[in-house]
Amino acid sequence: MSGSSNFKPKSAILQWTERRLPILGLMHSSFVAYPTPRNLNYWWTFGGILSFCLGVQIITGIVLAMHYTPTVAGAFDSVEHIMRDVNYGWLIRYVHANGASMFFIAVYIHIFRGLYYGSYKEPREILWILGVIIFLLMMATAFMGYVLPWGQMSFWGATVITNLFSAIPGIGPKVVEFLWGGYSVDQPTLQRFFSLHYLLPFMIAGVVVLHIWALHEVGQNNPAGIDVKSDKDTVPFTPYATAKDNFAMICFMIFFAWFVFYIPNYLGHADNYIPANPLQTPTHIVPEWYFLPFYAILRAIPSKLGGVIAMFGSIALLAFLPWLDRAKTRSAKYRPLFKQFFWVFVLCCIGLGWLGAKPAEGGYVIASRILTAYYFIHFLVILPLLSYYEKPSPLPASIADSVLGKQPAKA
Amino acid sequence: MNKNTLLALGIVAAISFGSAGSALAAEAGPQPPRQKWTFSGPFGHYDKQQLQRGFKVYREVCQACHSLKLVAFRTLGQPGALGFSEGQIKALAAEYQINDGPNDSGEMFQRAGRPSDYFPPIFANEQAARATHNGALPVDLSVIAKARTYEVGFPGFLIDIVRQYQENGVDYLHALLTGYEEKAPAGETLTPNQFWNKYFPGHKISMRPPLEDKRVEYTDGSPQTVDQYARDVTAFLMWAAEPHLEARKRIGFQVMIFLIVFAGLAYFTKKKIWASAH
Amino acid sequence: MNGEQPTRRDFLYIATGAMGAVGAAAAAWPLIHQMNPDASVQALASTEVDLSPIKEGQIITVKWRGKPVFIAHRTKQEIEEARKTQLRELPDPVADDARVKKGKEQWLVLVGVCTHLGCVPLGHQGDYKGFFCPCHGSHYDTSGRIRKGPAPTNLEVPPYEFASDTMVRIG
Repeated sequence: MSGSSNFKPKSAILQWTERRLPILGLMHSSFVAYPTPRNLNYWWTFGGILSFCLGVQIITGIVLAMHYTPTVAGAFDSVEHIMRDVNYGWLIRYVHANGASMFFIAVYIHIFRGLYYGSYKEPREILWILGVIIFLLMMATAFMGYVLPWGQMSFWGATVITNLFSAIPGIGPKVVEFLWGGYSVDQPTLQRFFSLHYLLPFMIAGVVVLHIWALHEVGQNNPAGIDVKSDKDTVPFTPYATAKDNFAMICFMIFFAWFVFYIPNYLGHADNYIPANPLQTPTHIVPEWYFLPFYAILRAIPSKLGGVIAMFGSIALLAFLPWLDRAKTRSAKYRPLFKQFFWVFVLCCIGLGWLGAKPAEGGYVIASRILTAYYFIHFLVILPLLSYYEKPSPLPASIADSVLGKQPAKA
Repeated sequence: MNKNTLLALGIVAAISFGSAGSALAAEAGPQPPRQKWTFSGPFGHYDKQQLQRGFKVYREVCQACHSLKLVAFRTLGQPGALGFSEGQIKALAAEYQINDGPNDSGEMFQRAGRPSDYFPPIFANEQAARATHNGALPVDLSVIAKARTYEVGFPGFLIDIVRQYQENGVDYLHALLTGYEEKAPAGETLTPNQFWNKYFPGHKISMRPPLEDKRVEYTDGSPQTVDQYARDVTAFLMWAAEPHLEARKRIGFQVMIFLIVFAGLAYFTKKKIWASAH
Repeated sequence: MNGEQPTRRDFLYIATGAMGAVGAAAAAWPLIHQMNPDASVQALASTEVDLSPIKEGQIITVKWRGKPVFIAHRTKQEIEEARKTQLRELPDPVADDARVKKGKEQWLVLVGVCTHLGCVPLGHQGDYKGFFCPCHGSHYDTSGRIRKGPAPTNLEVPPYEFASDTMVRIG
């Protein structure tokens, strides 16, 4: 998607087509000739892996929708019908269910890679914000998808999360009734969630196109965090990046298959094999693992509205990151202090994830509050201050130099 | 990024998984001991003899109260199941009365079961079930082996990923069936319809101890003990919850071999291609 | 690069590509096969029909595999007509004997789906007083054989057997 290319097909028919619709040229310039920095490491393969995840979820999802029944009376049984009777239904459902987790593993690695190497900085602000939007859409999609099997966790997850909106002053209860289409999570809720769960992935795909477009406009960041200066700094996307992405993706599939074939229910909740019961809440309501850090933030704040604001704020904050961290040096490789704070932040997120799964009582609440505070301090205080006080180490002269080991002495 | 990064991200992922998977059943008493199951591990498979014994226990004991309504008779004979022949399944299905209809005069009627039917419900509805059990509901057992678990602490839950251990549900069921105590510990009182169970969350369970030695007759020489009954019926319930387990593990192994060879080829391809870039 | 390398490299690329193609095909199969009738549909109960209330000359319709099945209690005259029809007059020549069970010639069991484009024909109608499909005008005789119109073949006889004199099991 980097504009016109000099690509000229060999066959006359394709030349005829190309003059009228230059789609081959677009493909060629985007995925063949597109120059990629030659120093990209394997953390950069997760972009491709994420496209793979989206594709897998959409394909398996379309198939599951052919057999699934979005009704309160039939949803649970129809999922069991898929597991028992539909040809390879068990496989397709387990791929879809575990695929959601794989998608989030990949996206978190992708996000933390961006944080480490400063991929959100000028000129990649829009690229980054599009990424935050994709992340939000993914969360909405995953949440609604988890409701569909209509087990106990589906039902109570839906109840708790939709009730977040009741915190809105004044109109909150009305908003919740609007979301439910009734006075509790019920048939209308399930049916609209099914419809939206089917729709949102295509919206994600649309924003992904914009994300890639923006990426190809400004070019990829790289581990050195410096701009491409000459042709020596890059290699063509195909075959170099394609071969590397390909290898990484197959390794990812091995990891994926391990879960699908050997421990398919490990990432889920046993309670979701109990049909939804609106009269009885399970003793521990815990969201899916990928929501745990945000869930911890929600519960850390003793006020209902405050908790909801903190939770959404913790995600919204990411969109402002390019303006919170004003340091000119992108990569943490050349920012000794930032690098340390980055790892502390990673530990903070892990800690929040762990606390999200613990009951909201005693020391867990205190720990959640400390880590929640740190989460915000990291973005709102530490990063802006670092921008001014940190002295970055000297950058290599070019990407080619950094690859060839001609690095300046470390500070 | 360096090796620390890998390690750290590994831990992020792992902790998040584990805490999600293990957050349940935290209020349970002692942790159910882990049992040996033929269906665990990458080459796990069901023991047909055991499933048949377990099915016998289900039929002679559990079935008095607990339904199995997601399981069809025909599936007892499918690959990776109990190994019943078509004739055996037909005869078995015919022992059950199935509600059918309406007939030409508009009335529902009972008829003998056919292989395509599902195990019929034991009670007409939830209220009827509760009414005959002092308010307690005997749950359907179709997916019970996947609907129960117990918390595995750190670092056990990480090791379970590598060991492929996913038999927490059956461990719990076996422990529950063998975990009854004669009477409640001092200071605890039970109503006449409650029983003390070491492994039941909250310990006060409304299900009376279902098994006792020699209650079900085994013809293959297996010990007729509570422990063996519990083991066998639990294995049968695992099959009921996951009838395609054998196919899953078999296909999984093929997929793994394929992907590992493919990854090797892709690695050398990548290496060859990049060799010219330096 | 020396002269030997390109062949080894080419082999590597072809092997990787071939494995990719095999993998993609293998992955596609479950996604396609899931559309085929599933285990519960395949095992769908056969339909049992009590014949005792069906009077001579009456046709009833029952549902089997989601399709209508006609059970006609034929009169002597209808059987006679079906039998005396010469095979050479038929576009799809089959004797009436071959379409009913021996000794139960009065019972004609047919899948009630026109072999033209799948409409449901009407009983006791058309030029041959058998069945008539109103969609595109196919005429069937009292044995359900096509006589006139666009339908290419006779009405299909489903697999069935008599469980007793008054009970037929279809499927």
